[in-house]
Amino acid sequence: MIPAPFDYVRPSTVDEAVQALASAGEDAKVLAGGQSLLPVLRMRLAAPTTLIDLGRVAELRGVREDGDTLVIGAMTTHYDVQRDALVAAHAALLKEATDTVADPQIRHRGTLGGAIAHADPAGDLLAPVLALDASLVVAGPSGRRTVPAADFFRDLFTTALAADELLVEIRIPKHTGWRAHYEKFNRVAQAWSMVAVAVTVRTEAGVIEEARVALTNMGSTPVRASGVEAALVGVQASADSIAAAASHAAEGTNPPVDSNADVEYRRHLAQVLTGRAIAAAAGA
Amino acid sequence: MTATIEPEVGKSRRRKEDERLITGRTRWTDNITLPGLLHMAVLRSPFAHAKIVSIDTSAAKSAPGVIAVYTAKDLDPDGSIGMPCAWPITPDMKAPRRPVLASDTVNFAGEGVAVVVARSSAEAHDALEEIDVEYDELPVVLDMEAAIADGAPLVHEDLGTNTSAVWKFDSAEAGTGGNVEDAISSSEVVLKRRFRQQRLVPAFMEPRACVVDPTSTQITMWSATQVPHILRVMSALTLGIPEHKLRVIAPDVGGGFGGKIGVLPEEMMSLLVARKLGKPVKWNETRSETMLAAHHGRDQIQDITISATRDGQVTGLKVELLANLGAYNGLVGPGVPILGAFMFNAIYKIPAYHFACTNVYTTTTLTDAYRGAGRPEATFAIERIMDELAVELGLDPLELREKNWIKHEEFPFTTVCGLTYDSGNYEAATEKAKQLFDYDGLRAEQERRRASKDKVQLGIGISTFTEMCGLAPSRVLGSLDYGAGGWEYASIRMLPTGKVEVTTGASAHGQGHETAWSQIVADQLGVAFEDVEILHGDTQSSHKGMDTYGSRSLVVGGIAVIKAAEKVIAKAKPIAAHLLECAEDDLEFAGGKFTVRGTDTATTMGDVALAVFAAHNLPDGVEPSLDSDATFDPENFSFPHGTHLCAAEVDTETGRIKLRSYVCVDDVGVAVNPLIVEGQVHGGLAQGIAQALFEGTEHDESGTLTTGTFADYLLPSAADLPSFTTDRTETPSTTNPLGAKGVGEAGTIASTPAVVNAAIDAVRHFGVDDIEMPLTPMRVWHAIQHGTTDAGGPGRGEAGGGLGSIDATGGAQ
Repeated sequence: MIPAPFDYVRPSTVDEAVQALASAGEDAKVLAGGQSLLPVLRMRLAAPTTLIDLGRVAELRGVREDGDTLVIGAMTTHYDVQRDALVAAHAALLKEATDTVADPQIRHRGTLGGAIAHADPAGDLLAPVLALDASLVVAGPSGRRTVPAADFFRDLFTTALAADELLVEIRIPKHTGWRAHYEKFNRVAQAWSMVAVAVTVRTEAGVIEEARVALTNMGSTPVRASGVEAALVGVQASADSIAAAASHAAEGTNPPVDSNADVEYRRHLAQVLTGRAIAAAAGA
Repeated sequence: MTATIEPEVGKSRRRKEDERLITGRTRWTDNITLPGLLHMAVLRSPFAHAKIVSIDTSAAKSAPGVIAVYTAKDLDPDGSIGMPCAWPITPDMKAPRRPVLASDTVNFAGEGVAVVVARSSAEAHDALEEIDVEYDELPVVLDMEAAIADGAPLVHEDLGTNTSAVWKFDSAEAGTGGNVEDAISSSEVVLKRRFRQQRLVPAFMEPRACVVDPTSTQITMWSATQVPHILRVMSALTLGIPEHKLRVIAPDVGGGFGGKIGVLPEEMMSLLVARKLGKPVKWNETRSETMLAAHHGRDQIQDITISATRDGQVTGLKVELLANLGAYNGLVGPGVPILGAFMFNAIYKIPAYHFACTNVYTTTTLTDAYRGAGRPEATFAIERIMDELAVELGLDPLELREKNWIKHEEFPFTTVCGLTYDSGNYEAATEKAKQLFDYDGLRAEQERRRASKDKVQLGIGISTFTEMCGLAPSRVLGSLDYGAGGWEYASIRMLPTGKVEVTTGASAHGQGHETAWSQIVADQLGVAFEDVEILHGDTQSSHKGMDTYGSRSLVVGGIAVIKAAEKVIAKAKPIAAHLLECAEDDLEFAGGKFTVRGTDTATTMGDVALAVFAAHNLPDGVEPSLDSDATFDPENFSFPHGTHLCAAEVDTETGRIKLRSYVCVDDVGVAVNPLIVEGQVHGGLAQGIAQALFEGTEHDESGTLTTGTFADYLLPSAADLPSFTTDRTETPSTTNPLGAKGVGEAGTIASTPAVVNAAIDAVRHFGVDDIEMPLTPMRVWHAIQHGTTDAGGPGRGEAGGGLGSIDATGGAQ
């Protein structure tokens, strides 16, 4: 279909973008790849008055190191994340999850920041960002502030971003040498995740020293599986220890219901997939 | 050209049409632009059932770029125009008027209520939002069983019922077999099951579109249709346009699968609007509109009773169907389940058979043909219940099938439905499939996995299908009250330079007719493949035809091409004899040459064509033309068959089904182009597997389609399907000179039960004997956890003893 008419602004710096957002008012939308926004516009489920396209803001693209932190520009495409050596070395979980996102065309257009700001609980990149204890840098008229991922995702499609703020950077503490796996479950290859589990672990001599686990689509926001993480620490990875840890996966979740999965099934899937993700990550 | 030229028929040529189709460098309806072209957009009802209280179009009329806004009152003030139905299956079938635009009542969500005409498509769509319609909601009718219950709300109040028609066939009454009630009451084993055929969307790639140009004495309509010839006749009959004043063109069409067999309200709307304004107009639809308003397929509840002896001889089959028509009669929608009536007995010698189908109106999008049309539903039911019967009897499902199928030496065989299957070799196809599949090896692995309680269980599914296709002998269609014949037309024009133009009444929309027909003509006339051009889909060039559906193009239309070629040769022969100064009887024609028998003296078809063009030296009384045409009406259907074997792994922890291997050995008779055959089988398998595992519409309680996008209505891609092992046996059809059988629908018809049978076979030891389609991971997991009745399926009716599948009452009551 054809979207309702809107004004189109294409800034080339973050400052210009923030200014454009401030002057466009409440009904502005930020275009950060458009893989979620454009279908919504075309189906006229949203009709923003102004679209601010970040596609030409060069400073928002790319991955760099900042001491113990990996800094990923919000407009870095999934394709670039997948192929980035720093991401592979220091945030393997993000790479693993990004590999599962949609198809090559979408991965060339969609961006990490766009996916995070969109905050679709079935999106695949929220759980890894949460599991990796990322910090999200946002820019607004009064400057920049940093929000921990744990505080960023507020509800379905709702984040800590104010209407006049932009997500500009994803800062991820380096998880160098951590092994990772993203276990995704959907009905066809291009469908959204029904449930998915992000796991990254640091092991020494077969013993799990640290674990980070987060769930996709088990609530209105990505959910950290703290019970699983606690149960894994200091454990030798084995079928039994993994199963015991995974049994905590659905704790504290409030999964959605749709025709693909009811609550009982989603909770069950969370446990099964968590076990599989741990086994794959820990090499058991 | 030599006499030992390699035959074209049988060559796996790549399709000559593919380059333009794949690159998009061609004409689709939507990229046709005419001077002064206006654009239409249709406002559709958001309610499944409602009275239209008022429609205010004033704001839309003054919106930018808008030329006109019309409602039913403008386009059809008398309320006299009704969309055509060509298949009144019984004399008393109900025929509610299906308007071009709804006037008083909307009967499904998606029905058109107004149309905007604007200078651009964008402006037309913008203006839709300015139309204010006041609706008064009526009770919806969604469930078929509820619809036919006493006191149910009515879709069409004036009909007094939601039952459209009841169509029956009984072998005892027809004299083609025994009495099924006797068979059931006297049999040792009776099994009764209910299966549900979910509703599907025929998800063709190109959404529907049409363009109408009224600015000439002959109106031209381009449409993304499968049926340009039928569309022309039906437009003439529906709107009273003199038939000779209308030309219909189906340019390249991006798929149909039966979904473009209809005659559309939007097509009639375009004709009405274009004539009203005197300007060319274009209508095209968004994918969302396709999902909502284009006809759907399947949607049946099937109650199946089968009886047998304890040693596995099937004695009777009783089929009771409820078929959901949606809100109105589609062009052939009421007849779709009837096409299945003759296929429930499949490849088996069933002595007694009864079929009854109740067509039901609901407040949903109408249903009509979708790849296979009636035959996939029938094949599913019989192949599923044969597996269930095998379990009940403790037989291997292949062994049960073999006990009952028609033996190779028994052909031609007249079935309990009165159809005569001309040829087939079920033994050969099955044997080949078993070997390719490693049937015995997989059965052994299945045993091992069960014994070790493996989390991944293996199941084997079988479908030994046949189908009737090549629609169809005109007399048979007449006996079924179908509104037209089933012949097909072709003509051949010999050009002066020896090149050949062929027109065909078949209307390709992805099938590859241009390639296959060229191969046929090349062999018949002995000309080069490249020297043949196939013209189709334009009522001006191929003026006559019955179009493409029901796997009919090759076995009806292709034969017409052969008949036309034979006439060309017959016309050329006296001229060749004249040129060679010999007697006609001394000539033989082969490889494009007329040769004087026993000599080297010869002339080619091209030489004759040139001589005819010049017409300087023709025999007395011979007209200077080789051009010929032919209309072929088959005496029988063609009956392709095959054995499809599917190995499915079921992850019992998640319920996910993974197809490990899929082997099919199809017998489509002689293959004109094996590569095209394989492509048809692959695509057909994908669609049949999709019904088993992925696709299905869902509506909420208000009748809103909740699977209205491809994010919710799941189509598989290559990533979701296994690598298919396809092979063929070749038992020529005896009812056409090519020996060919249709292949367009075979894969779809065969594969759905093979997949479901495999999945059930993998989890049967958990007490599961059915899971409703599509077999989503959740349904499979719940079935494993809780047994069949919690699997979301309709259950099996009355349960009896044994494994629970015997109906101890005999099912006769």
